[in-house]
Amino acid sequence: MAPAPGLILEGAFAFGGRRLFSLDFEAPAGRWTCLLGPSGVGKSTVLRLLAGLETGGRLEGRLGASDGRPLAGRVAWMAQSDLLLPWLDVRENVTLGARLRGERPDGARAERLIGEVGLEEHAGKTPRELSGGMRQRAALARLLMEDRPVALLDEPFAALDLRLRLEMQDLAHRVLAGRTVVLVTHDAHEAARLGDRVLLMTEAGARELPPPEGAAPRAADAPETLRAQAELTRALVGEAAA
Amino acid sequence: MIGGGDAPPPIRRRALDVAATVAVILAVWQGVVWATGVPPFILPSPARVGQAMVESRGLLLEHGLITLFEVLAGLVLGAALGAATAVQLALSPTARRILLPVLVFSQAVPVFALAPVLTLWLGYGIGSKIVMTVLIIYFPVASAFYDGLRRTDPALLDLAAVMGARPLAVLLRIRAPAALPEFASGLRLAAVYAPIGAVIGEWVGASGGLGYLMLLANGRAKTDLMFAALFVLALGAVALYALLGGLARRLERRARGERRAGLPPRRPRARRDG
Repeated sequence: MAPAPGLILEGAFAFGGRRLFSLDFEAPAGRWTCLLGPSGVGKSTVLRLLAGLETGGRLEGRLGASDGRPLAGRVAWMAQSDLLLPWLDVRENVTLGARLRGERPDGARAERLIGEVGLEEHAGKTPRELSGGMRQRAALARLLMEDRPVALLDEPFAALDLRLRLEMQDLAHRVLAGRTVVLVTHDAHEAARLGDRVLLMTEAGARELPPPEGAAPRAADAPETLRAQAELTRALVGEAAA
Repeated sequence: MIGGGDAPPPIRRRALDVAATVAVILAVWQGVVWATGVPPFILPSPARVGQAMVESRGLLLEHGLITLFEVLAGLVLGAALGAATAVQLALSPTARRILLPVLVFSQAVPVFALAPVLTLWLGYGIGSKIVMTVLIIYFPVASAFYDGLRRTDPALLDLAAVMGARPLAVLLRIRAPAALPEFASGLRLAAVYAPIGAVIGEWVGASGGLGYLMLLANGRAKTDLMFAALFVLALGAVALYALLGGLARRLERRARGERRAGLPPRRPRARRDG
C-alpha cells in the first residue's frame, strides 16, 4: 500500500447559496481523526467531500492531501449500512471493487482478508445469512481489499449493539493500522476510544478538543476513556445548546 | 435469518382447489344448458365442447401451435427490446430526453388500433401478429425495468464511485441485478398481454391461429368449436402465466440472495473474469 497522506479540508461549504458550515480540518497521516457531532451538522458532507462524492453544494476553500497529490483513487469508504449486494456471497462482495473496475480480483488476498475479519467460515454465505455484526465485518474486509491508504468511515458501527460495537472498533483499529482514518460519529465514547485527534463539529462551527490520554484503542471502561467521554459529551451538549 | 416469505400452499392442494372450482363451473354451465334448452349454436354444453375438442384436435393443435409461436416470439422479442430500452434510458441522459416523452406519448395510442395497419404492411402471416405482441408488451417491460434501474440505492452508487467503477460495470453488476424484481413484474404483465396481442392480430386478418379459428367457427355457427378454441387459448395463457410467474419468482429470490431450501450453499465459484 502507498504511504498514507494527511488530509486537509478548509473553507466554507454552501448549499443553495446558504452557508452550512466553515471548517479548518486536518487529519494527520496514518492516524485516526474522529469527527464528532450531532446529526445534521454536515459531518457526512465533510466525508463526502473527501471521498470526491456529489454533495449538491459548493466548497470554497482547499481540499486535498498533505503530499499535494490528488485524493482520487486513494480513498476507501464505509457507511453505516453495510452496502453488501444481497445476491453476492461474502467472497464476491469483498472482491466487488476489482470487478467494477474491470480488473481480475485477487482471490488469495480476499480469502486472507476474510480470515482477518473472522469470516473464514462464512465466505460462501449471502448477506441475509449473516448477522448485522458479520455483515459489517464483511464490509470491513471489502474496504481492506481496496488497499487504499485513506479510509473514510461514516458511522459504520452506529447500528450495532454495544458489545459488537466495541469488538468492531478493536478490529477496525487493528486492521486499519497505518492508514489515515477519518471516522464520523455521534458517539462520544467511540471518539474517546479511537481518536488520535477529535474534532467537535456543531452548528456553531468546528473546533479541536484535546485528545484523550493513552494510545488508541483505549479500553472501553478505562477511567481516562470515560473521563474523555464525559468531556466530549459535555462539549457536544453544551455547544448544541449554545 | 432465512424467512419463509410468501410460500405458496403445496402444489397438490392448489391443484385440487382449482379442479374443484372448474368442476363447479362446468356443472353450472351444463345445468343452464339443460334447464333452458338454449340451442347449441348460442351456447353449447360443456360435453359438446369437449367432444368438439376431441374431434377437431388436429385443427386445434395446428392453429394452437401458430398462436403459441406468435406469442413466444413476441414475448422474447418484446421483453428483449423493452429491457434494452430500459438500459439505454438508464445509461444515457440524451436517450432519456429524446426517448422518454415519445414512449409516454406512444402509450396514448391504443395499440389495438394499429392492428389493421400492421396487417396492411406485414400481411396475413405471423409477422404482423408477432409485431402486435411485441408492441403490446414492450412498454410494460421497458417501464418496469427502467423504474427498477432508476431506484438503485444511491449509497451503493456512491460506494461504486469511490471504488472507481466503470459505468457499464455498475449497470451490469449492481443496477441490473438490483432491478430484477421490477423486471420480473414486467414479465408477469407481459405474460398476460402477449396472448391478447396475438389473438387481436389474428382477428384483424390472418390465415391461421386460434383467433382466426374462432372467427371462422363463429362465422359457420360452429359455436362448440369456437368454445373449444377459446378453451385451448385460455389453457395456454394460464400455462404461460404460471411459467413466467415461476421465472419471475426465481429472479426475485436471486435478487434477495435467497437460496432454494434444501440446496447446499454455493461452492466457491471459479473466477469469471478470466
